[in-house]
Amino acid sequence: MEILMPQLGETVTEGKIVGWHRKVGDKVEAGDVLFELETDKVTMDVPATLAGEITGIFVNEGDIAPVGAVVAILTQEGEAPSTYVPPTAAPSPATATQPVAVPSPAAAPATVSTPSPSAPLDPYNSVRTPERIFAPARTATGRHATPLARRLAGLAELDLARVTGTGPHGRIVAQDVRDAERGQASGTASAMPGGASREQVLALYKGTDFTEIPLDGMRKTIARRLQESKQTVPHFYLVADVNIDAMLALRQEINLALPEKVSVNDFVVKAFAMALVRTPAANAVWASDRILQFQHADVGVAVAIDGGLITPVIRQANTKGIAAISSEIRELAERARNRKLLPQDYQGGSASVSNLGMYGVREFSAIINPPHATILAVGAGMRRPIEAPDGSVRFATMMTVTLSCDHRVVDGALGASLMADFKKLLEQPLATLL
Amino acid sequence: MAQLTYRDAVARGIAQEMARDEDVVFLGEDIAKAGGVFKATVGLLEQFGPLRVRDTPISEQAILGAAMGAAMTGLKPIAEIMFADFIAVCYDYIANEFPKSRYMTNGQVKCPLVVRVGNGGGARFGAQHSQSIENWVMQFPGLKVVAPSSPVDIVGLMAAAVRDPDPVIFIEHKSLYATTGEVPDGEIVDTLGTAKILRTGSDCTLIALGMMVPRALAAAERLQAEEGISCEVVDVRSLVPLDTQTILGSVARTHRVFTIEENPRVLGWGAEIVSIIADEAFYDLDGPPVRITTPNIPLPASDILEDLAIPSVGRIFETVLRSMRS
Repeated sequence: MEILMPQLGETVTEGKIVGWHRKVGDKVEAGDVLFELETDKVTMDVPATLAGEITGIFVNEGDIAPVGAVVAILTQEGEAPSTYVPPTAAPSPATATQPVAVPSPAAAPATVSTPSPSAPLDPYNSVRTPERIFAPARTATGRHATPLARRLAGLAELDLARVTGTGPHGRIVAQDVRDAERGQASGTASAMPGGASREQVLALYKGTDFTEIPLDGMRKTIARRLQESKQTVPHFYLVADVNIDAMLALRQEINLALPEKVSVNDFVVKAFAMALVRTPAANAVWASDRILQFQHADVGVAVAIDGGLITPVIRQANTKGIAAISSEIRELAERARNRKLLPQDYQGGSASVSNLGMYGVREFSAIINPPHATILAVGAGMRRPIEAPDGSVRFATMMTVTLSCDHRVVDGALGASLMADFKKLLEQPLATLL
Repeated sequence: MAQLTYRDAVARGIAQEMARDEDVVFLGEDIAKAGGVFKATVGLLEQFGPLRVRDTPISEQAILGAAMGAAMTGLKPIAEIMFADFIAVCYDYIANEFPKSRYMTNGQVKCPLVVRVGNGGGARFGAQHSQSIENWVMQFPGLKVVAPSSPVDIVGLMAAAVRDPDPVIFIEHKSLYATTGEVPDGEIVDTLGTAKILRTGSDCTLIALGMMVPRALAAAERLQAEEGISCEVVDVRSLVPLDTQTILGSVARTHRVFTIEENPRVLGWGAEIVSIIADEAFYDLDGPPVRITTPNIPLPASDILEDLAIPSVGRIFETVLRSMRS
């Protein structure tokens, strides 16, 4: 039985084997962990599904293999030994981890060519159709791309919608993708020419001491997705001050009764989820040629982890109690820090919450996490002077929140309505307990 | 090393095999005493005698029937059909007898023969004596088809064809007989099913056969010199078996492909190759494959019209330039 590199998430194309728990010759039972796997998003253990003996390992620790590649052979008792021979040596980490970062104008054809048939092929009797279908010939924006351009873009995880076509009838050809890829590798998209290349930046800091940090999968994913979001999603921002004195009092009361403390952020998530459900048009995502609107609010919660951040999703947060939300966030954050989240833990959702209040940040604007329509940036609760109903000045704990909206889905008045609901729920927080 | 004409290379290739193996015999119309209508077999009668080099009546069916009988009973005949067009007269042998005998007798009857045909246009012979008939013969499972474009390939592929245990259609181009090329001394044995990259290039691949090979090379020179377009030129040489590794490898490097075919457009050999490329190398293509062919018409006898019909260096140049620059 061939053990394949599993597919963890739709956009994941390769995985890195961080460690083997078994070696060739080991006998394993179903359920025994074979190896630990890292993708650009998560680290997870891959167990054996059958009992048998490991008779071959083709991807070593630290090496990267594409999804579907044979990483090992498990021979069951009584089964004939496998005759599987790996096609070539396992790709070295150096070449596999940096396909995007290397500008390769001249060398490109050699590095991207389809492996030529190793055995003579009888073309009149059999053909090998492509194993992977790359993006459609026509992009959502109606532009066309050649097959090679689509393959190069697919391998580089480049969105063809952002590539300018210079071929006949504006068709996107391979050179356009390579140009865009070079722009991206140096931190600039093709849509923004004139950005500094890696060489230019290095030249700028010549003579200065610095440490070069290679990009890991998470850093690349963050860079790509958030740059794409900021450049292609029309953001606008709504800022409001929320009086959280009542919420803080309620929280204190709850925490006296609970073994595990609930946080301000747990209230924020709950109130935001309820506000989303009360404003259904804003509880939606952009799907290229349509909008998907949801009944329940699945809210992502940004969690800072070593070397980046990830946004696990609280499903149907509107239906869950604050204590339940609190323990769920704690559990997901713990797994996120250990890079043990599964794709289903962080995919989906229609909105996110990002809270930097604990660092004393007063207010900030967050970048929308596509395809979400909104993200709520939460600042610190601070004692500030406010005007009391009788005209006098008194102090209250005020929290400034900024709602970033995707204008394709959420218009100004709709966003304002969502914000008003949220503010009301947090200022009169008993409703969040119902 | 000697400069040899394509015509003389035919005689040398046949002589090499007849001298090596006395089971090799040669028959056809006017091939013995007259030395061939195209003078491609001069001297063979004198060298090997009338028993092994035989003139036949004007009957293509008789020629191929006799050749098949000889092959079935242990000889290794080379038969000539003077004009390739007359393959149609003896099509039953080509379609039903040669390619199926080994299969239908479970290997008891073999058919190790070679049929040489004078193929192609450019010589003002008119619609019935100028056709490119590669696709008439490459469609039968069991039949092998080669079409050399140079004297050295004539000698080497003739040896490979004669030594092959199955029937081989050996397509010579009438308009290439006068061309010359270097041929090394000594025995030359080539391999069926191998293409040759005659010119390396990085921008596109021109796949050519027969008389289209020198034209593709000339067009490639002009495209490089005048337009800076670097063309790789592949001489297919062998249609069955087909060297897909060389063809697909070249497409994987250049990402653009043109077939240069003398045959009328419909169902030309290039259509088959383009179909294989679409299956095997789709994601290597950075533009549509383009077939440059003779239009789907009977070839005119008029020199002006015939020159217009068959892909010329100028037409190859223009078409490649337009496709690469648009």
